[in-house]
Amino acid sequence: MKTMTFAGAIEDALMKAMSDDPRVVIFGEDVQALRMNLYAKFGEMRVRPTPISESAFLGAAVTAAMAGLRPVVEIMMIDFVAVAIDALVNQAAKLEVFSGGRWKAPMVVRASCGGGYGDGGQHEQTLWGWLAQVPGMKVVVPSNPADAGGLMLSAIEDEGPVLFMEHKLLADYWIDALANAGRINLEYDIPEAGARGEVPKTWEPIPIGEAKMLRDGDDLTMVSLGVSVHRCLQAAEELAKSGVHAGVIDLRTVTPLDTDAICRAVEKTDRLLVVDEDYKHFSLSGELAAIVLEAGLGAKFARVCVEDTIPFDRRREAQALPNVPRIVEAATKLVSR
Amino acid sequence: MQPNAEGLYRQMYKSRRFEEAVTQLWNDGHISAEMHLSKGEEAIVAGVLDHVMDGDALALDHRASAPMVMRGIDLALLLKEFMGLEGGLCRGMGGHIHLFSPEHLAASSGIVGATGPAACGFAIAAQHLRPDKVAVAFFGEGAMNQGMLMESINLAAAWSLPVIFVCKDNGTAVTTSSADVTAGDLLTRARGLGAHAVSVDGTDVDEVWSAARDAFVRAREGKGPMFLHATCVHPEGHFLGDPLLRMVRNPVRELRSKVGPLIKAATTGGSSLSERAVSLGSIAGMLGRARETQKHTRDDPIERQRQRLEISDAQRDELERAVDDEVQTAVAAALRGLEAQP
Ligand SMILES: Cc1ncc(C[n+]2csc(CCOP(=O)(O)OP(=O)(O)O)c2C)c(N)n1
Repeated sequence: MKTMTFAGAIEDALMKAMSDDPRVVIFGEDVQALRMNLYAKFGEMRVRPTPISESAFLGAAVTAAMAGLRPVVEIMMIDFVAVAIDALVNQAAKLEVFSGGRWKAPMVVRASCGGGYGDGGQHEQTLWGWLAQVPGMKVVVPSNPADAGGLMLSAIEDEGPVLFMEHKLLADYWIDALANAGRINLEYDIPEAGARGEVPKTWEPIPIGEAKMLRDGDDLTMVSLGVSVHRCLQAAEELAKSGVHAGVIDLRTVTPLDTDAICRAVEKTDRLLVVDEDYKHFSLSGELAAIVLEAGLGAKFARVCVEDTIPFDRRREAQALPNVPRIVEAATKLVSR
Repeated sequence: MQPNAEGLYRQMYKSRRFEEAVTQLWNDGHISAEMHLSKGEEAIVAGVLDHVMDGDALALDHRASAPMVMRGIDLALLLKEFMGLEGGLCRGMGGHIHLFSPEHLAASSGIVGATGPAACGFAIAAQHLRPDKVAVAFFGEGAMNQGMLMESINLAAAWSLPVIFVCKDNGTAVTTSSADVTAGDLLTRARGLGAHAVSVDGTDVDEVWSAARDAFVRAREGKGPMFLHATCVHPEGHFLGDPLLRMVRNPVRELRSKVGPLIKAATTGGSSLSERAVSLGSIAGMLGRARETQKHTRDDPIERQRQRLEISDAQRDELERAVDDEVQTAVAAALRGLEAQP
């Protein structure tokens, strides 16, 4: 059995992809430090530290991809993509349709995301629903090392723009740099199985757009992604003690959404609980309600999401992010409806 | 007009002592996440803020402690905010990277470059509502590569907005040497965008003060923006617990797990040998710069100003003691606030 950290798995998959394919290049801020091993191995032509010019280098990644490279371009935190959003919304996402299907931009945007360490509402967002809304974008959000490595390979192989989001609570180096920063007196609710876990002997791409059923349950279906998947699994354990059997689906991909897997599960349980670290309104959770309705299922629905700007204060932050008590409470209400 | 040496010293000393208290609270785990200090920038902030009057606006970056302290914001309110308490400046909702004081028209943002547009908007409002008032934007040299800041300098120059763009240049953005990713020269760049531009030693508060005086006079007279470039050092690196500084301060502990994979990566294929050697060279260079950073105590702006004071040692001690008391009182209030937290 081989185990890796979440970040280690991504690096290992990138090592493989970059060794196999000279077109794969990385650019982003501080990559000589953040991706030190890749930088040492592949040199500065392939791992390029950038100026703090997101609109320039994200925009450049689009045409670099159009002209034959396979860029993996880094936005340090997904919050910062806001300064460069044109490159994705108006350029990369439009290309395939605008060119009549004749031109694509095979690029990966790698970004950290998520909260749980007291960094405030401008550095802890997830924004995946917002970015997934634009046709032409794919968005993946792995919850464990095996999925992270496999999805990174697929993202690189994909012919279009893929946003690859790495939750900071899962990636040890982000917690080390941003949260602990050398301190040992603070605690973070890090899901162990997400931060380190078994990985395949050799990396195989995991298809984008395939959700994974992690736990069966007849009473309700929880659908989640990223760190919240682990909160759901923990909540499902607790619910089981009081005789409520909750299934858990890890979406893994926001878009394209695995509508079939979701509808199949919900058809059986008649109850859908979405647990999403993204904003509640105009969101992924709303989209999931819509697809179930469109499929003609009359399921009962509830959601545990982030409802407002994330507070800096860690005590209030913990309440704002989906947590086990909130999930258990919502599930209990849902099954009694 | 001459700068008031004691007044400036007092401001810088207060900011430094405040940040020492912040460092302690952060070390004790009472302050979360990325604590960026103004330490090393005090002379720049003091020299500029000395010209600020009510009605002037401040657009602040992620190093907002010194400007907030020197603008006279209550220290306990700031500490409580840093600790995420309900009684903080922004009710514990914004935190140290996102500080706001509407009474002082002071607003900060953690988005690099965002202070450019922010200052322009404050200046536009001043043109309509507060004649003779100006807006100041603080940012690092790394932000000079952010498009919105370049657009803002042009906007301010084209519209003759009363903006003072203060570029605090420590040469490094997180781990990246700004020289490696910045083409041309910043003064020429600012001039190309139509701003008046000067450069000063940002560890010398007199130099900053004089350059800032000209900038404020010009701006208040409606002569448009000034780009004030000031060099400095960040002895604590990017933020408290900076990974690079930890590596150079405690190489055995911090590098142990990193060296093996690095050597393996660099010696098992990949690009050409010479390219890999260049990479290893720049990694070593990055650590070398970090080591230099913390040695720069001789450039300490506060020590420099302390040497220049023309008051007796007893008077200086009294000044310092008064500030120490003010900071201690604020810390005590903040800790009481923490205990009272449900
Ligand atoms: C748009 C954006 N990109 C990246 C970051 C991450 N980041 C925070 S501070 C910083 C470096 C800023 O360097 P500089 O402007 O020189 O200021 P300094 O920190 O050196 O004072 C970076 C890259 C950010 N906050 N916002």
